[in-house]
Amino acid sequence: MVNLHRFANPTWFVKITTAILPWVVGITALLMGYGFWQALFVSPPDYQMGEAVRIMYVHVPAAYMAMMVYGAMAVASAVALIWRHPVADVAAKASAPIGAGFTLLALVTGMLWGQPMWGAFWVWDARLTSVLILFFIYLAYIGIWTSIDDPLRAGRAAAILALVGSVNLPIIHYSVDWWNTLHQPASLLRAGGPSVDAGMLPALLSLVFGYTTFYVMVLIWRMHRELVVRRIRALQLLHAQE
Amino acid sequence: MTRKRQRMIFVVAGVAALTVATLLVLFALEDSIVFFRSPTQIVEEGFPADRAFRVGGLVEDGTLERLEGNTVRFRVTDLAEAVTVTFTGILPALFREGQGIIAEGTLGPDGVFVATNILAKHDETYMPAEVVDALKAAGQWQGE
Repeated sequence: MVNLHRFANPTWFVKITTAILPWVVGITALLMGYGFWQALFVSPPDYQMGEAVRIMYVHVPAAYMAMMVYGAMAVASAVALIWRHPVADVAAKASAPIGAGFTLLALVTGMLWGQPMWGAFWVWDARLTSVLILFFIYLAYIGIWTSIDDPLRAGRAAAILALVGSVNLPIIHYSVDWWNTLHQPASLLRAGGPSVDAGMLPALLSLVFGYTTFYVMVLIWRMHRELVVRRIRALQLLHAQE
Repeated sequence: MTRKRQRMIFVVAGVAALTVATLLVLFALEDSIVFFRSPTQIVEEGFPADRAFRVGGLVEDGTLERLEGNTVRFRVTDLAEAVTVTFTGILPALFREGQGIIAEGTLGPDGVFVATNILAKHDETYMPAEVVDALKAAGQWQGE
């Protein structure tokens, strides 16, 4: 059996992730390059929206990542709370700004898409409102980390907020089914398979996976940096005691 | 019981309780969370007479009339009941007969809904224009 506790060892974590990082960078470049080329030049215009459908290739993966990153952050927070694993704590902290960025991208591209298609930049329907709340939860989570100096106390408070906020994830996903909304139901993750034409799927799926590996890439960078910051802090404390 | 196990139970029970509480609140607030009412709901459950609300449905085929200026009149249907809507202004690009729309405005005593704003609601289907043309030519097209 693989000893999971080895993942909690920062030195071992840095060693492994440093080894896989070039691969992650390469795969991200390939997926995003292929995806954007497909999205801009190969995929067909939509029968209703025409060329404006291309906003989908930025918007849908960003919205998916906004929730995926939050899910990862919530799981890492639970692991950090229950098992006190330092690497999980660092993973949750390092994820937040990336997730907030994806959420902002989803909100902004959604507004730019909504104006010509729906006739409004913004409406207060259940889907749009719950995603805006997700963005605010990300900001509150980042706020806790920046306002509490002691990483141990900040980590615990932030982890609890992340878990409380995870209640919002099923609400976002099912909002379009539970209530009347202006936003249409899911096109990819739906019973009966995607309702996106096969000619549009290469662009959409390669960007969904490309955004995911992009997140992994930035996460590794940010976690390495955070681990170095914590080591410096620990050494400073040690030095001050001597 | 170890402290790890204690914390795990606490976290799982906490998130579960919070989820149930939130969902109960949301379903209790259902009336204010829904973005629009259907024509059937307006007929069966009434509507707020003193303030604006939204009605949503399909633009019924063959009912779209262009009046003087840029005023349009059409019926919004949920295939059971229908409401007549008038609107003056610029319609969204996706507006056409058979399209799902949401009208924002007030329902007058004459039963005509005077809209101040029209939003187009599109469904979750994405398809190339040329595929739709081919389907229409073959008589196989199911949508609008």
